[in-house]
Amino acid sequence: MDATLKPRDTRETCEAVKWAAAEYTPLEIIGQGSKRALGRPVQAAHVLDLSDLNGVEVYEPAELVLTVKAGTPIKDVEALVAESGQELSFEPMDYGPLLGEAPGRGTVGGILAANLSGPRRIKAGAARDHILGMEAVSGRGEIFNSGGRVVKNVTGYDLPRALCSSWGTLAVATTVTLKVNPKPETSASFLLAGLSDEDAVKAMCAAMGSSAEVSAAAHLPAGIEGGESRTLLRLEGFATSVDYRFDTLKKLLAPFGSPERIANDASAATWARIRDVQPFAGGRTPVWRISVSPASGAQLVSQLRDKLDLEAFYDWSGGLIWLNCLDGEVHDVPIRAAVADCGGGHATLVRADAPVRASVPVFQPQPDALAALARRVKEQFDPHGILNPGRMASNV
Amino acid sequence: MTAIAMPAPDGSVIARRAEIVKALQAIVPGEGVIHDETEMRPYETDGLTAYRQLPLIVVLPETVDQVSRVLRYCHDNDVKVVPRGAGTSLSGGALPLADGVLLSMMKFNRVLDIDYPNRAVVVQPGVTNLGITRAVEHEGFYYAPDPSSQIACSIGGNIAENSGGVHCLKYGLTTNNVLGLEMVLITGEVIRLGGKHLDSEGYDLLGVMTGSEGLLGVVTEVTVRILQKPETARALLIGFPTSEDGGRCVADIIGAGIIPGGMEMMDKPAIHAAEDFVHAGYPRDVEALLIVELDGPEAEVDYLIGRVEAIAKDNKASHLRISESEEERMTFWAGRKAAFPAVGRISPDYLCMDGTIPRKELPTVLARMRELSDKHGLRVANVFHAGDGNLHPLILYDANKPGELDAAEAFGADILRLCVEVGGVLTGEHGVGIEKRDLMTDMFSEDDLKQQQRVKCAFDDKHLLNPGKVFPVLHRCAELGKMHVHKGQLPFPDIPRF
Repeated sequence: MDATLKPRDTRETCEAVKWAAAEYTPLEIIGQGSKRALGRPVQAAHVLDLSDLNGVEVYEPAELVLTVKAGTPIKDVEALVAESGQELSFEPMDYGPLLGEAPGRGTVGGILAANLSGPRRIKAGAARDHILGMEAVSGRGEIFNSGGRVVKNVTGYDLPRALCSSWGTLAVATTVTLKVNPKPETSASFLLAGLSDEDAVKAMCAAMGSSAEVSAAAHLPAGIEGGESRTLLRLEGFATSVDYRFDTLKKLLAPFGSPERIANDASAATWARIRDVQPFAGGRTPVWRISVSPASGAQLVSQLRDKLDLEAFYDWSGGLIWLNCLDGEVHDVPIRAAVADCGGGHATLVRADAPVRASVPVFQPQPDALAALARRVKEQFDPHGILNPGRMASNV
Repeated sequence: MTAIAMPAPDGSVIARRAEIVKALQAIVPGEGVIHDETEMRPYETDGLTAYRQLPLIVVLPETVDQVSRVLRYCHDNDVKVVPRGAGTSLSGGALPLADGVLLSMMKFNRVLDIDYPNRAVVVQPGVTNLGITRAVEHEGFYYAPDPSSQIACSIGGNIAENSGGVHCLKYGLTTNNVLGLEMVLITGEVIRLGGKHLDSEGYDLLGVMTGSEGLLGVVTEVTVRILQKPETARALLIGFPTSEDGGRCVADIIGAGIIPGGMEMMDKPAIHAAEDFVHAGYPRDVEALLIVELDGPEAEVDYLIGRVEAIAKDNKASHLRISESEEERMTFWAGRKAAFPAVGRISPDYLCMDGTIPRKELPTVLARMRELSDKHGLRVANVFHAGDGNLHPLILYDANKPGELDAAEAFGADILRLCVEVGGVLTGEHGVGIEKRDLMTDMFSEDDLKQQQRVKCAFDDKHLLNPGKVFPVLHRCAELGKMHVHKGQLPFPDIPRF
């Protein structure tokens, strides 16, 4: 039997998992299936489709908290909180354009399972910094709650955080509680043109280390969306404060040139393009997402440029590098060697055909002791290995 | 005697004490192994001083290799280990065990790397919270989480407890400010999590470690994010005729999209105790006093002061002052910062509780707390991190009066149950430890707690690290691992299938 199971509530989700555990039958967990082209492909006879777990349970703007069913579309959530002048400040990114799929898809559960954060990550934190509580079904077929509905909570282990970025391999989330934040009154970007990668990273790190409260810092080298390189720093908040901080940056970064100011709407559009890796959309060549210490970003790319035919741009003040292998090859070995050489970090293969993602480690391989610990954690949640087997590594 | 029972000591381990001392001395030479009763005395309690217990032995390692070998020895020989930082836990997280080694990390006291371009500092776990700020403040930087014990508490302990502080509404808790860890498992294996880069792939074990109260591993190195100090800070001191008015004012500030650097509230008993002690100029004729601190660029702070002032007036503020100088701002804070010792002045002893509630429940919770105060016959004063709903009721009692500690503990338990009942949690920043251990079943189901304990099993399947803390019932890992499944028909004929 090859079936898609579509539970309508937590109880049915639990029954489905219980059955699969008893049968030792793997399940592929999906919301809208928008991230199937990410990560290692799952080999599972059955699909557990959570898209009917859809709806807001509690939204209390004054408490800055939102509880939704895990299969709720992320765009519905963003629209709802926008009505109250709020937002998810981790700025969830959308992989649709990069992966050649429709934009605007995906569920809250999927965003959290993959810990997808956008440019504001460097100021506001990652997706997992915004999860307060979760109801989930473990691979044992047991419903459990962890965390709570308040920001300040140290009661028990922070399991909701652990379930973020677990790609559905530990438990099936059914309900999640998120922290929401007020949307800034205004936003503007400080643009410097013509900087080299190295100077851009220096300028971004200086800005991040200032009191200007920069909420995003990216660098698009020459050739990425234009003939001249562009370094962008985003300022958000109350209008008087944004103006004031723009001047602060102008003085601080005077040695790097004189800036242009990009106003609200144009600024928002630019940051959405950076967030969703639009410069590399439409192609089929392998794309890597690399996280290193910000100050080493330019050095890493420069090392790799000597060896590979690539294009790259930087977010997170230089610490997040989107790298496109123009020759169509994956080059995992030199890329991961360069990451290690630049102080360590993570290289994740985000765009590649399924057979490639099945054979090349998509996620950064872990040292033995850590990999063994992660495996033990997996076994404690999902002893029969039925939840998204192989999604993260061949044995997890 | 006190009410919370620790697991019965294992006589066979105590009988092997001399042998264990010898083995540990072979790993940690010199004065790093303490086994004399008088010298062990300072380690018998932490910040929860109602509970005391001499450890079997105290060990103070100086290197990661020593930590690894001590833990491996204890693992191989079934000896329990209680990790300890500065010993400031308010929940008994570092309470020793009669049959356990107390592992003090306070010799790990060096700042290893200050990296301004990456805004990261790498320190050993025994460095104090304030010590990190001290190391970088000459360049205008600081480490944001600021628990009130920051002068004494260690960063390793902050990781264990996921410590907060006055500024965490805006700047986050420890978990939001930690980038990486090096830790040693009970088996002696050394593991590194995170680093100066962000968001490692794989399970977020860094997030699990933070707030795990010393039950999962021993932290040997910490990488934290530092921030540039805000350009300026100003505060408003606002008094209200009722706590409802104060609560509404807090909600309106947040509702206006303003996230203050700090937002603290005190009730009448706390206001009076603080005013009597430090003469901060607090009004005595108000039911609730709010301190709102705005920090950031000068232009922004000045603008927001005006906004908050207007909101306060709309909410019937009966007293309103705005700091015009740094000195005046510090005066506003002086009373709040001295609230605990101020209460200590008017009562021989006090218990400091630590629940979190949804902000809107504050008036209800304060009213119910007054009823509980009558029921238990004890006074209570409240200080409240109003921005994030973290409540610190201080229960006044006299340990020398028979039965008063028991009454105070019963009162405290009732308050925490009340927090859970209104949608909050048992502990916002002090940790479960032993203090709230037996209340965990009021917040979590058996399945909830079992899944948490299974995480413990992945790290420490013999339950040797800090047993008796956090979980009310210790289940053996073999028992937790069992799965009761029965094969058969699909038990869900009604789930749609395609």
